[in-house]
This record gives sequence, structure tokens and C-alpha cells, in this order.
Amino acid sequence: MRRFAPNALIGGVLIGLLFGVAALQTFWMPHDPLKLNFAARLQAPSAEFLLGTDEFGRDIVSRLMMGASTSVSIALMTVGLAVLLGTTIGLVSGYNRGLVDRIIMTFNDALLAFPGMLLALGLLSVFGANQYGIIVALGLAYTPSVARVIRGAVMSLREREFIRASRTMSNSEIYTMMRHVLPNCLAPLIVLATSMFGWTLLSESALSFLGLGVPPPAPTWGNMLAAGRPFIEQASWLAIFPGLCISLTLLGINLLGDALRDRLDPQMRGAV
Amino acid sequence: MLRFVLGRILSAIPTLLIVSVTVFFLIRLVPGDPAALLLGDHGDAAALAELRAQLGLDQSVLTQFRIWFFKVLSGDFGTSIWVGEPVLPLIIQKFLVSVQVVIPAVILATLIAVPAGILAAARQNSVVDVGLISVATLLLSIPTFWLGLLFLLVFGLHLGWLPVVGYVSVRTDFVGGLLYLILPILTLLLHEIGTIIRMSRASTLEVLRLDYITHARAKGLSEGAILWRHTFKNAFGPTLTLLGLILGNLLSGIAVIETVFTIPGLGRLMVDAIYARDYPVIQGCMLFIAFIYILVNLFIDLLYSFFDPKVMTQ
Repeated sequence: MRRFAPNALIGGVLIGLLFGVAALQTFWMPHDPLKLNFAARLQAPSAEFLLGTDEFGRDIVSRLMMGASTSVSIALMTVGLAVLLGTTIGLVSGYNRGLVDRIIMTFNDALLAFPGMLLALGLLSVFGANQYGIIVALGLAYTPSVARVIRGAVMSLREREFIRASRTMSNSEIYTMMRHVLPNCLAPLIVLATSMFGWTLLSESALSFLGLGVPPPAPTWGNMLAAGRPFIEQASWLAIFPGLCISLTLLGINLLGDALRDRLDPQMRGAV
Repeated sequence: MLRFVLGRILSAIPTLLIVSVTVFFLIRLVPGDPAALLLGDHGDAAALAELRAQLGLDQSVLTQFRIWFFKVLSGDFGTSIWVGEPVLPLIIQKFLVSVQVVIPAVILATLIAVPAGILAAARQNSVVDVGLISVATLLLSIPTFWLGLLFLLVFGLHLGWLPVVGYVSVRTDFVGGLLYLILPILTLLLHEIGTIIRMSRASTLEVLRLDYITHARAKGLSEGAILWRHTFKNAFGPTLTLLGLILGNLLSGIAVIETVFTIPGLGRLMVDAIYARDYPVIQGCMLFIAFIYILVNLFIDLLYSFFDPKVMTQ
């Protein structure tokens, strides 16, 4: 329990800040993040432009704020997709066992035999390199891990007394699954979803950095970093601040994830 | 022993097969006619029909898969649309470049991080432990492409110690080529140190909790002997498994590092192929990386039995 407090606190503050900024930008930003202003090209951080301007004179603070909201919504949708698909597959597979389970899991394990990023790149080449392509590609790439975790949890639950009791009371299979099985899978699911949020954010930044993600002019931290790279000598702030945002967010998620694991999975307490 | 090894090797075959099927059908999901994609804009109807026949696209999907699969087995991964060269030699050439960054980074990271993790576990909750775990979590949180840019900024531009752009193969100029590899290796190394320290610490803690360690302490063995002789061998297994995953993820995730440091490696090849919609290359890269990943993990599984002989009896 000793390490719980500071980890959770720092992680919570960082992630709270991220969501706060992502929400704030819908109401207020210091400047228009998309407005070109060639008179103010590549300005160093100043009182007017707190973190400077980019090669088109756009305000970095505003672009970072808008980027936060883009990254958060992409990450949430990706995790949502993976959780939805993975949970369904895992529940069906774990609950039915037999042939259905064997077929689903053979396919699932084959997908797990691909490194996540490789599968995402392959799917991206099919669905197109843009915002929606990323959500579908990463979402599908993470689905097998969710399915595996949920199936494991269901397998260990399905012979427990309270599940049998529910069946004996002639509750329908679907009701039993939703009411009794699923809530007991939540702990590992939350831990996994937190990690996936971090992976998605990192992968989305990496893909945007490679030019396979959200296309400009819409800002994301990844494509801002890529755009700032040619100017690294004369305007290093262009590359420094977006990367700092990504790092702080990932740090927040890692700390929060550790704290959650300690809390929800007491066996692992203090381990990772 | 022999039965275990053979069993493991045989069990990799269905996985390889299903992976091939997945890669084959994944590319089939691309909307449009593969022959039209292959020809690009400069194809007339006659050329299209000829190519369709040549590729076997006029046959059933199963026949197509069979033809493709046996070609792959014989090392024919098709021809790149963009470069016009056979895919496999292209991939191998780029792979050998990526390996020069990935392998030294993983080896060095293991040599540094495994002892660091054991040390942190042995001194659980001390300043050393909290310090190491904090550094590890921090390193884990910094994206490699940003760390790489910062290194370029500091060591390349401000200090001028190392070259900033370009790439020279170590085979043409050993020392010069090495200079281009230092920063990419350092970047990957630091990131992986973060991951490995955490795993090494966690699995060491797990083992230190067991009864036989208490017994070893009761016998009056020194802490050093307990850690090295009794703990390390049992605690290294999970870290070893992690190393296999890291290698696979690095091979597919190395594109960002290769972009930052302008290294013409496998990651860059695949990303450029995605830009160019060069499907034979995408397919080839996916298949190649997945195969390497499966083989590395197979090898690690076999190695695992040395650290934890129990797996052989299961």
C-alpha cells in the first residue's frame, strides 16, 4: 500500500490535466490553432505566444490543446472498440467452450502472434492512413488481448457456485453473463484498458509522426513533432513541447496503471 | 528433452500457417482489383486481363492462396510495384540494417537492466529501489522518436559530436558507420531499459517471497549467493519472455527511430510501402516480421526450459 498514494496522485493529476485541457479547448483557446499568420512565423516563446509559434505562425499552445483533444478522443474510441469487440468475443468463447471456443481462440492466438504495431500497420494499409483508419486498425489490433483476458476470467468464473446458482434459478444465459459474469471481469479489464489507452496514445503519436495518422492541418502531438523536425535547429521548441506533452501523458498513465493494478490485483501489489 | 523441443517446433507450424492465411486475406480486404492496383494508372484492359491470368486472379480464392503459399515457401514474395525488384532480397537487405540497431540495443539494455531490477528487488522500498523504479517508469514514458530528436539536438547540433542526418553502412566504412548507429542504439536502449528493469524487479520479488529463499537465508547463505544462485535463474524466465516480445515490437516499431535518424531499414521500407500502396512489399514485410517474431519466441521458449525445467513436463 505504501507506494499507492504518490503514484495515484501524480498519475491522477497528469491525466486529470489532460482531460481538463481536452475539454477546455472546446470553449477556449488563447489563439486560433489553424489560423495562418506569416508575420509571426517561428517566434520563440513569449508573453503573447507562451510556447512560441510554428512555421505558419500558428500558436503552439492552442495547437497542443487541440491536439490533446484529438489524441484523447482517438484513444478513447480505440479502447472502446477493442473492449467492446474483445469482451464480446471473450464472453462468447469462454462461456460456450467446446468447438466455438477452439475455433475463436485458434484465430485469436494467431492474431496475437503478430506484434501489435505490425498488425496495426497492416490494417492501416487496408483501411487508409487517417484518423478513422487508426481507430479501426489499433482497435482491431488490441482486440485479441482483451478477448484473451476476458476469456480467462470467464473460464475461472463459470463453474463457481454463484454462476451455477444463477443458472439453476433458470435465468437466461445472457442475463447470467451480463449480470454475474461480466461485473466480475471488470478488474482485469480496467487494468488492461488503462494500459491500452497509453499504448493507443503512443501508437497514434508514432503513426502521426510517420505521416500515417491524422493528416495536417489538424494538429496532433505526433504530426506537430514531425512538422517541427526540419526546424529543430532554428526553432527547437517546435519539437520539444509536443514530445513533452506525450511523455507527461504516458507517465501519468503508467503511474495510474501501476496504482490501479496494486489496488485491483492485490496479488501483484508492489510488484511491477 | 528431445520430445519437448520437437513438440515446440511442431506447434509453431500451425501458427505460421494461420499467420500466412491472415496476411494473405488481409491484403485482399483492400477495396479494388489487386491487378488494377498492381498496374497503377498505366494499365489498359488487355494488360489487366493478362496480369489477372498471370496472378491467377481468375481462379478460385483457395487456388490463389495455394499458388501464393507455395511461392512464399520457395522464397518468392512477389515483386515490388514501386521499386520493381523482388521483395524478399529487398526485405533481407533492409532487415540487416535494422538488426544493427535492434540487437545491440536489446543486448546492452538486458545487461544493464536485469541486474538493476534484481538490485531494486533485493532492496525493496529503499531509496535505491524507489529511485530505480522511478527512472524506469520515466524512461518507459518517453517516446523513442522524441528522445531521439532530443539526442540529435544535443549531441548532433549543440555539441556537434555526432552526425545528424545521413547513413553510412558499417560495411563500407566501419568507424564512420558506427557513428551513425550510436544515437539510435542509445535511444532504443534507454527505452527498453525502462521496460526490462520493471519486469526483472517484479519477477525477482515474486521469487524472493518463496519458501526456499527463506530456507536459503536460514542456512546462513549470503544475500549475494541467494540472489545469484537461487533467485536469478528462477526469476529470469519472465524477463526472457519479455525480451522476445520486445524484439518483435522493435522490428515493427522501429520505423519511427529509422525516420528520426534517417536509417534505411525495414521499418522505413514498410512505411514507405504503405505510402506507395506497394502491397507486395507490405505483405512481404508483415509475413517476414511475423515469421521472425514467431521463430524468436520459439527459440526463447526452448531457452526458457533451461531456466525453468518445469515447463518441459507440462
